[in-house]
Amino acid sequence: MVEKFDAIVIGAGPSGNAAAYTLAKQGLSVLQLERGEYPGAKNVQGGIMYAAELEKIIPDFRDDCPTERHIIEQRIWLLGDDNYIGTNYRSDAFNTETPNRYTIIRANIDKWFSEKIRAAGGLQICETTVTELIHDAAGKVIGVRTDREGGEIHADVVIMADGVNALLAKRSGYQKELAPENVALAVKEILFIDPELIQQRFGLKGDEGVVIEIMGKVTKGMVGTAFLYTNKESLTIGIGCLISDFKQGSVPPYKMLEDLKNHPVIKPLIEGAEMKEYAAHMIPEGGYKAVPQLYGDGWMVVGDAAHFNNAAHREGSNLAMASGRMAAETVIELKTAGKPFSAANLAAYKARLDDSFVMKDLKKYRNLPGIMHENKQFFGAYPDTLTAAAHNWFTVDSVDKRTKEKEIMKSFVKKRSVLGLVGDAIKLVRAVR
Amino acid sequence: MSIVVKIEEKLYQNRYIVDESRPHIRIRSEAECKSCTSQACTVCCPAACYSKNEAGTVTLVTDGCLECGTCRVICQDKENIQWDYPRGGYGISYKFG
Repeated sequence: MVEKFDAIVIGAGPSGNAAAYTLAKQGLSVLQLERGEYPGAKNVQGGIMYAAELEKIIPDFRDDCPTERHIIEQRIWLLGDDNYIGTNYRSDAFNTETPNRYTIIRANIDKWFSEKIRAAGGLQICETTVTELIHDAAGKVIGVRTDREGGEIHADVVIMADGVNALLAKRSGYQKELAPENVALAVKEILFIDPELIQQRFGLKGDEGVVIEIMGKVTKGMVGTAFLYTNKESLTIGIGCLISDFKQGSVPPYKMLEDLKNHPVIKPLIEGAEMKEYAAHMIPEGGYKAVPQLYGDGWMVVGDAAHFNNAAHREGSNLAMASGRMAAETVIELKTAGKPFSAANLAAYKARLDDSFVMKDLKKYRNLPGIMHENKQFFGAYPDTLTAAAHNWFTVDSVDKRTKEKEIMKSFVKKRSVLGLVGDAIKLVRAVR
Repeated sequence: MSIVVKIEEKLYQNRYIVDESRPHIRIRSEAECKSCTSQACTVCCPAACYSKNEAGTVTLVTDGCLECGTCRVICQDKENIQWDYPRGGYGISYKFG
């Protein structure tokens, strides 16, 4: 006798957890399958968690959610060879009772979320890899097969929250392989350090935190970004570039990370910290145009597996949680109305997404991935020219200011030509407006 | 400034539950690797699981694999990498992630 549930959720990341919790809380029978040793064992995030989406699912999450620091300062740095130019925004107004952004250690959050799901009545089984979806004769998904003995389980609907690789959707022919220009590879380390040193180096008190988003020479001309985040007793540092660029280059990702750690601007911030874990993960970067088919007869796909990542704003886990919640709400609505989980009915999931910030934001930036991919000067020529200009401008010597201005203008035109500069400006504005 | 990176030292910090003699990734054809001009897997893999060998092909040792999927993505034209997740409970087990 094959066991049957209202819904099976594959994966215990933010999207799967949001879906499983929402379903369990409404009293549906839900089975969540996770291939890791425990929830979070296979998951990687920078990470910054945005409160709004989690708050919609668990309004009082702040009572016991193991967040790290609430972010009071955002820095955006463009790194040259031995320098940086950047902007910081810091405000005491971010010190509220209900902060909007937190740094997190991913495994802690996933464990916490899973306990909530179990408390709500969801059944969670770890150490179980789903090997394929089971279809009936008409092609409708009716369950999953796992790598456990007798591992066939049925459900009215299957929600795939299995992450960026999305092997199950590929095996069922619902998705194509990821194009190398649509996906980044990021590597990161967690560095443990005396919290007092974090407070001194970043000017913080209590649980205040700083995040630094980094672009520039550290990605060696490749399309990519880096980051340095403050946790309670650790720092996370990471760097990622498009796989299409790594493929053509000769620099291994861990070498790029090591060079970042030794950059003269970064090194003093992490000095004396002890590395406790090295992680790597792919990030979906293709945006709106890379979003696959999101639903079909008896199935939906959520989170990274659905390519829901807003690279321009470095938002991913909030899109994941939103999509997981919306998939679950669609299931609840159909179940309540006694309607079947046909493709036609599950189209309501896509309609919810289209009506939300998830698809609206992805659509707004739909041309940005292509433009970044085809215009490497944003990652190579500009960091050098900008930092050199700043260096010239802030060096007080006997050269008059008008001459300095001319020198700086000349350096920009030399790198990109006047038309090139104007073209770049137009491209950027078109891509983000 | 040239910094030598020892990837083994990074991976040493990680927790792995190794599924002895059941690698979850396989190279399908050695001949295909030999004819591959870039052998980009030997550069791109964040755990350096792939290395060039004296025979001009590529040696794969999956013990340090971080299960990211990059090798499968870069080798998709040749389809020479058979990529699967490890069995449930095995492979990388992130403490922090």
